[in-house]
Amino acid sequence: MQQRLQHLLGIEELTREQITFILDQSKPFQEFQKHPLKKLATLRGKTVALAFFEPSTRTRISFATAASRLGADQMNLQAESSSLKKGESLIDTVRTLEAMRPDGIVIRHSSSGAAEFVAERLEIPVINAGDGTHEHPTQALLDALTIRDRKGTLEGWNVTILGDILHSRVARSNILLLTKFGARITLCGPAMWMPRELEGLAPNVRRVARIEEALDGADVVIVLRVQTERIHEPALAPEEYILGFQLTENRLRLAERHALVLHPGPMIRGLEIDPTVADGPQSGVLEQVTNGLAVRMSLLYQLVGRAPADAPHPAKEKSNAAD
Amino acid sequence: MRVVEKRQLLSAAEIDRTLNRLALEIVEKTGGAKNLALVGVRRRGVPLADRLAKIARASSRIEIPVGTLDITLYRDDLSTVAQQPVVQSTDIAFPVDDRDLVVVDDVLYTGRTIRAAMNGLFDLGRPKRIRLCVLIDRGHRELPIEAAFIGQTVQTSGTEIVEVRLNEIDQEERVMLVDRVD
Repeated sequence: MQQRLQHLLGIEELTREQITFILDQSKPFQEFQKHPLKKLATLRGKTVALAFFEPSTRTRISFATAASRLGADQMNLQAESSSLKKGESLIDTVRTLEAMRPDGIVIRHSSSGAAEFVAERLEIPVINAGDGTHEHPTQALLDALTIRDRKGTLEGWNVTILGDILHSRVARSNILLLTKFGARITLCGPAMWMPRELEGLAPNVRRVARIEEALDGADVVIVLRVQTERIHEPALAPEEYILGFQLTENRLRLAERHALVLHPGPMIRGLEIDPTVADGPQSGVLEQVTNGLAVRMSLLYQLVGRAPADAPHPAKEKSNAAD
Repeated sequence: MRVVEKRQLLSAAEIDRTLNRLALEIVEKTGGAKNLALVGVRRRGVPLADRLAKIARASSRIEIPVGTLDITLYRDDLSTVAQQPVVQSTDIAFPVDDRDLVVVDDVLYTGRTIRAAMNGLFDLGRPKRIRLCVLIDRGHRELPIEAAFIGQTVQTSGTEIVEVRLNEIDQEERVMLVDRVD
């Protein structure tokens, strides 16, 4: 029997079986996105709190749409317009939200470990939508679903991750997930973003300085977003980044013939990725967006839909009946 | 709690005969097969719908499209269970708009599954008509739902369970009446 998931805090603590189960359960929700009437009543009467302490558009809209399509109501907290600006602590803000009795909380925060911190203190399921430079588990799950769909299996691919590995929770979660399925990971980016410690994150992770070498034989290429605030003179000029690390059509030819290109977004065309690659047949960027909805619907269904933990368990009732 | 078998309701041969009759009835009462389609409810409605279509093809030489419906997301008891039931795929390749649908399931009991199935179908479009075909009607309805095509009607008590076993899923073929004994 599937071990019951209480929260989704990170990929690290999930087993292969739990990950496979989440991906399998996303399948019906992928099909659901094609229905003419995209509204279920499955979570009717449930409320999902969306607590985004860090600005986010894509992930927040994805979670909000997933909740809406399942019939759940939402409480929205956004960094720009919240009491955070007035100096309230994370736990006070979250307790205030909890006092309004949501049935689950989706949280994004700039501190690593914020989701776990909240999960330890609240009774309701917590879903991590990105915490500092730690993890972004739903992104890794939707990437895995896209890889599995496009390439037929998740097992044993050569995966190259390009860009700012150091600051990327997307890279961390992806490395943790894909290596559980036997992937060999190659990291490539400017030296200052590629500390040696990354190789200790999981087995079969290596660092490569030249993009040509990193792409050689790759089955999947994950291009990370380059945060423009981190690219500046004299450390690294944009032209230098483009010259050294942009994924161009020519460079992509070094990878396997049907190599899949992923990008978590938001994408800066012409910086980390060439527009012809972004829009090309090998790009899975738009599938990633649709799959994000499916993965998040499946997680909300599993975590938020059920009865509270203290409700009478059917198995217990049965054993009582047998007494 | 133990479960004891009380009696066999249908043998493999009787299941086969019943499905032959039901397929014929469906075609006859529809006046041909124009716009007709079968929708099997997971799990055991699925092989039953497939078999009905196969029989109709062999005996009446008509092709009836078959779809598969999973009703998990439409259940009305989800917030009362601790572990969420596993969601399966719904696979209906034809447009349901203006279709003459026959929902196929193994046992009709409270009617709640069929209520859920109808909600699921309406999310896919606006069928012209929906009728219901079941192998066994065991009574105890909790909703105003009845089947148009019934294999066998069985009187049951609340503690009894009708167990349908089909080769495709259970590697055996029969219908039993079992009882829960405390």
